[in-house]
Amino acid sequence: MKRPLVTIEGNEATAYVAHKLSEVIAIYPITPSSAMGEYADEWSAGKQENIWGTVPLVIEMQAEGGAAGAVHGALQTGSLTTTFTASQGLLLMIPNMYKIAGELTPAVFHVSARSLAAQALSIFGDHSDVMATRATGFAMLASSSVQEAQDMALIAHAATLEARVPFLHFFDGFRTSHEVNKIEQLTRQDLRAMIDDSLVHAHRSRGLSPDHPVLRGTAQNPDVYFQARETVNPYYQDCPNIVQKYMDKFADLVGRQYKLFEYTGAPDAERVIIIMGSGAETASETALHLADRREKVGVVNVHLYRPFSVKHFLAALPPSVKVIAVLDRTKEPGSAGEPLYQDVVTSINEGLAEGSVPYAQFANRPYPRVIGGRYGLSSKEFTPAMVKGIFDEMLKAEPKNHFTIGIVDDVTHTSLEYDPDFFIEMPETVRCVFWGLGADGTVGANKNSIKIIGEETDNHAQGYFVYDSKKSGSVTISHLRFGPKPIRAPYVIGQANFVACHQFSFLERFDVTKYAAPGAVFLLNSIYGPDEVWDYLPYQTQNSIIEKDLRFYVIDAYDVARQTGMGGRINTIMQTCFFAISGVLPRDQAIASIKDAIKKTYGKRGEAVVKRNFEAVDQTLENLYEVNVPQEASSQISRRPPVPSEAPEFVQNVLGTMISGEGDNLPVSVFPADGTFPTATTQWEKRNITLEIPVWEPDLCIQCGKCCFVCPHAVIREKVYEPAYIEGAPENWQAEDARWREFSDMKYTLAVAPEDCTGCGLCIEVCPAKDKSQVGRKAINMAPQPPIREQEKVKWDYFLNLPEVDRTQFSLRTVKNSQLLQPLFEFSGACAGCGETPYLKLLSQLFGDRIVIANATGCSSIYGGNLPTTPWAKNLAGRGPAWSNSLFEDNAEFGLGMRLTLDKQSEHARELLPQLSGIVGEELVNAILAADQSTEAGILEQRKRVALLKERLNGVDNPLAQNLLSIADVFTRKSVWIVGGDGWAYDIGYGGLDHVLASGRNVNILVLDTEVYSNTGGQASKSTPRAAVAKFAAQGKGMPKKDLGMIAMAYGYIYVAKIAMGASDQQTLNAFLEADAYDGPSLIIAYSHCIAHGYDLRKGLDQQKLAVQSGAWPIYRFNPSLIDEGKNPLLIDSKPPTISLEQYAYNESRYRMLLQSDEQRAEALMKKAKQDVEGRWALYRQMAAMHYDGDENEHPPS
Amino acid sequence: MVDISTTYLGMHLKNPLVASASPLSKNLDTVVDLEKVGISAVVMYSLFEEQIIQESLKLDSDLSRGTYSYAEALDYLPDYGMYSIGPESYIDQLRKIKRTLSIPVIGSLNGISTGGWIDYAQKIEQAGADALELNLYDLATDVNLTSNQLEERHINLVRDIRQKVNIPLAVKLSPFYTALPQFASRLVEAGANGLVLFNRFYQPDFDLEELEVVPNLVLSDSNELRLPLRWIAILYGRVQADFALTSGVHSGNGTLKAMMAGASVAMLASELLKNGIGRIPEILAEIETWMVEHEYESIDQMKGSMSQKSVADPAAFERANYMKVLSSY
Repeated sequence: MKRPLVTIEGNEATAYVAHKLSEVIAIYPITPSSAMGEYADEWSAGKQENIWGTVPLVIEMQAEGGAAGAVHGALQTGSLTTTFTASQGLLLMIPNMYKIAGELTPAVFHVSARSLAAQALSIFGDHSDVMATRATGFAMLASSSVQEAQDMALIAHAATLEARVPFLHFFDGFRTSHEVNKIEQLTRQDLRAMIDDSLVHAHRSRGLSPDHPVLRGTAQNPDVYFQARETVNPYYQDCPNIVQKYMDKFADLVGRQYKLFEYTGAPDAERVIIIMGSGAETASETALHLADRREKVGVVNVHLYRPFSVKHFLAALPPSVKVIAVLDRTKEPGSAGEPLYQDVVTSINEGLAEGSVPYAQFANRPYPRVIGGRYGLSSKEFTPAMVKGIFDEMLKAEPKNHFTIGIVDDVTHTSLEYDPDFFIEMPETVRCVFWGLGADGTVGANKNSIKIIGEETDNHAQGYFVYDSKKSGSVTISHLRFGPKPIRAPYVIGQANFVACHQFSFLERFDVTKYAAPGAVFLLNSIYGPDEVWDYLPYQTQNSIIEKDLRFYVIDAYDVARQTGMGGRINTIMQTCFFAISGVLPRDQAIASIKDAIKKTYGKRGEAVVKRNFEAVDQTLENLYEVNVPQEASSQISRRPPVPSEAPEFVQNVLGTMISGEGDNLPVSVFPADGTFPTATTQWEKRNITLEIPVWEPDLCIQCGKCCFVCPHAVIREKVYEPAYIEGAPENWQAEDARWREFSDMKYTLAVAPEDCTGCGLCIEVCPAKDKSQVGRKAINMAPQPPIREQEKVKWDYFLNLPEVDRTQFSLRTVKNSQLLQPLFEFSGACAGCGETPYLKLLSQLFGDRIVIANATGCSSIYGGNLPTTPWAKNLAGRGPAWSNSLFEDNAEFGLGMRLTLDKQSEHARELLPQLSGIVGEELVNAILAADQSTEAGILEQRKRVALLKERLNGVDNPLAQNLLSIADVFTRKSVWIVGGDGWAYDIGYGGLDHVLASGRNVNILVLDTEVYSNTGGQASKSTPRAAVAKFAAQGKGMPKKDLGMIAMAYGYIYVAKIAMGASDQQTLNAFLEADAYDGPSLIIAYSHCIAHGYDLRKGLDQQKLAVQSGAWPIYRFNPSLIDEGKNPLLIDSKPPTISLEQYAYNESRYRMLLQSDEQRAEALMKKAKQDVEGRWALYRQMAAMHYDGDENEHPPS
Repeated sequence: MVDISTTYLGMHLKNPLVASASPLSKNLDTVVDLEKVGISAVVMYSLFEEQIIQESLKLDSDLSRGTYSYAEALDYLPDYGMYSIGPESYIDQLRKIKRTLSIPVIGSLNGISTGGWIDYAQKIEQAGADALELNLYDLATDVNLTSNQLEERHINLVRDIRQKVNIPLAVKLSPFYTALPQFASRLVEAGANGLVLFNRFYQPDFDLEELEVVPNLVLSDSNELRLPLRWIAILYGRVQADFALTSGVHSGNGTLKAMMAGASVAMLASELLKNGIGRIPEILAEIETWMVEHEYESIDQMKGSMSQKSVADPAAFERANYMKVLSSY
């Protein structure tokens, strides 16, 4: 049978099978498995049927624990059920996994294996998560490639039905889940043939039904639990044979033969590596390469890891083996060895002891030496060179055990050395590397290219894409391989035949030609033509081009894009160049294929888009030039250091190396052992990601501070200062008289950080000051950055060195004043125009020197805490927010724990202090205990007292004194802020959030509400409003948005504010001040416009205003303190709706998409959404109008 | 019994009241109701090529924004559906209306590219429209564009569409042409069967608080009738086309005036948007009552009866009119 050849990624290959073989699919987004759920949701939304002719029911749950619970319930009532997850999500499923396995329930969980959060979170791939489930009783089946991910998915679904053991099918996160590869796609008939319906019926018949009632889930006592737990043994004994049976059946059907343990290499191998996952492909290919060169090496690829069949494992080993190296892609600190290593040691020991080894001669040989090692944690590259390094190590008389490979461990010296220049790539495989900017569409075009090559030529093709951790101005590197033979190379390209750099500015930051092999092609997007470009290249690039004898091409893709209306998207232009130069297809055919791909990708978005792309393709080749490369490098330009020379040593040596993309080379010793990193480091990472920055017009400025207030990246700031500072100011320094009563004789300057700005334009949009003679000119306007960069840098540095204003000298209660405060959250990697970060920046300005932050996993933990640099900063006194991220689900509890420490230590300090009055002095004791810290001045005074206290306690030989000294800082007021997004607050963390709010403790919770799971790509949360489209709600969310504020208000003693900065900055400021002042739990729900809403974020503040005006987002404050004053606690700060919901919603594609794809449903949902708005408004109005005893008048909403 | 039927673009209509291009035709139920209450034909809302292009580019831009930049979120919106970005939803609506109604349905089109005009015109014809109204909404803001060039472009456009489309063509014009009669007759030579006078431009307003230019939609009032009334009266009999008067038709009297100037039909939208479609039977009754009272037998009888050709004082439509108005103060 001829099966289609498709070029897809591992997630799609797996989900394809899972969707076809399931009835119920319960999902929850988590990287890197989210795409599997998204595919399933998309296919069900598109009415695609499973092999039984019905559309699987896909449901998004509130957490992975919930998904596992739903899966368990569906299984128990007889559904064929699956789920997709990874990492922490899998950990949350563990309790149910024990249940599902304990009840012998056929099921398959598909897992894109990922690191676990330990010293840090990592989204990348290793086996830490799946290894944590190995005791649950699930069978564990590993795939090593995209093709296998599909095939093993089917084998798992088939085998579980017969084995009655549930299966965890896993493959490497990102490396396999996100690798695009050409595979043979199974047909519906294949799937049909592999599934035995009688087993399906048996599963259903075991389902709970009142028609044949049984009871499961009993509680058992010491008398029987043990015995009952042993009843499952036969099922586990049979399981490996059943899996092998289905592998054999699969081979008969499809032709690809798999084994539980698959051996590759020399038949007489003496050195054998045991490994599973994608690393097995690399190891196997390397072993074959070496075996061809007469090295006695081999590899056992473990497919069925649980139940671990000793018999099958030993049978797979060549009898000649002398040394075994077991590679684990996980770390189990404190263990005798990592899990697979231990299994291998145990198996060999058992096999030899029991004589069950099938090869008598092997049994009579000396006991093979077994060593274990760790590799590839968090998607660390695992290359043939490393495999060779391990094989070489195995030749030694005393090979290192418990080794690591791929890193330099200069602390405990576990790492093996290897030759990084060892390559085994097939010469006929073409290897291409593309440097792109996230926004320029490079990755999308490369995905299309690899599909074109994979599906329109006989070539095999592979694509893998590497991203940095920034959400704005991010750098992408695409690795494409194609050639006549299957590509089994799950590692990035080291020696490319073709290197393209789609951004000229990368040349000054990165060594882009490091991937180029001698004689390769180097294609550069350049505003400089073929005759002038050479002089603009850094010296190092020139040298590399000459030394490697590169063929050098240039195109001004941005010019072509401009001419053809493509804006900044150069993807199809650069793609056309690639095909033209590489010659992988005849030129005309390539262009036709590119156009075909454009039509497929963009066709449904309208003819205009297709047309523009076509024009771009057509105009490309006449603008592509080969450059005559001179014989000598002559450039005066040098690559810039990643951080300036004045940066601290750690930043220079460690973070700087990471910034330049060379973090793989850093040894273990440079890292803190406990995951603790310095704050205030984004200031050293000058990214220069925008071509336009705001420029101040002092004559128009009214010094309102609004631009600073809304700036998501803290790049626009204001200061008032003594006029004396004007002297010595740099050239072109601008200043005006300060317009403050308190600072009437001082100067005012608004400054912009030219290298940190992202060019979002929010400041321009919010600026209210317009030129009376030319209203298009405001007090700040965008201007090209390159010509003014150096001048503005000097001004910015001078500005930073101006003294900060004395916080005690003015009220913080106005927006204007608040922006004189130093931001202690700056230059994050958030999206340009982010709607969340302005709130965090305000938080840092108001209370930053005395707050500790618990941050839920999500966007804010990524731009807040993803290395290399961190935006949380410090003031001159060295104070600033202390920040930590625990998990996604536990953040409220995590923050509460912080509060409990402060409360307990405070209580204890207050107990100790009076006891030490003899040392400290009565007066100071009383002053500290009675201090009023409700104002900045009060806090400052208390800080001075505490300093004096510490001075007096210091060196006192008294245990009580030393005890107090260690916690004395707690006397100064500190706040706990618990920060996270709506996915956390409304869904996964809601139980904890509710409990923490209910506790009455003095914590402040800030929900940055984007109405979707932004960080994982816009999946629906319970905050998603009705009628909006989101992933997992592709047909528009049918249920209304959960009213979290109303739920919290129901407690009566929780301060609740719903805010939207764009609608009322003053109300936002008030809410922060009131929440912090309130001695009890506070909840602020902040409207955060988001890239997932589908519009230009430059208009984010306008949309916030419209959201409030339409009633979609009423703003209010509920202050329980007012109840004590006999007043109604609820103050509605917005007016009754003045515009229709459509006037707000239909500016955003998340709503418009539904209108464009299913007008009828869009209208029906919009009608209901309007009812939601009206109903909510009516309810609030009634609540706000309720009469409280102390009210002089009933107060309707203002 | 008076005969209020009329003929427009070769179509026999039971009365001269036609629903002009407006949001009313976006809703099938409303159009059905319009027919029920007596409207004689419906002009669909306009299909704007520019809007289609903008929609397409906006959707593409929104779906592409931020994609493939960050490993955890390779995109942000579920790009699963098929979108009605092109003219399809308009064509579908036209088809539905045509299927449901027995009165004539006239498509309305505003293009920006020759290809777009022709392509969409053909699609409208294929969807079953009885006629097509070309909405020449074109604000000449380019200081280098001459009136000749502009007019030539429009003439060529009508000629091109005429060659590709067989259904009757009407051209809806703005009043801002220096030599309207000559231009009108050239349009007819190029293939226009009817002229619709006049298109109303929605003039933007200034917001003095925000210092912004803001869109401002103001519905017509009956005073606006006079401009098209005058020009139809001038053109009637001189330019061999059917005329539709639009802008300012709010009553039976307005309709009667339109007919007397030489219009075949009176098109109305503002009155229906403001006071509901129940105005149609009322206006029809007003027309019939006036005709009975004044012993008119048919619309045909009065058509063009007060056109410039037919009145005793043709100068009344020309400069003298202006003088008279001033001297009356």
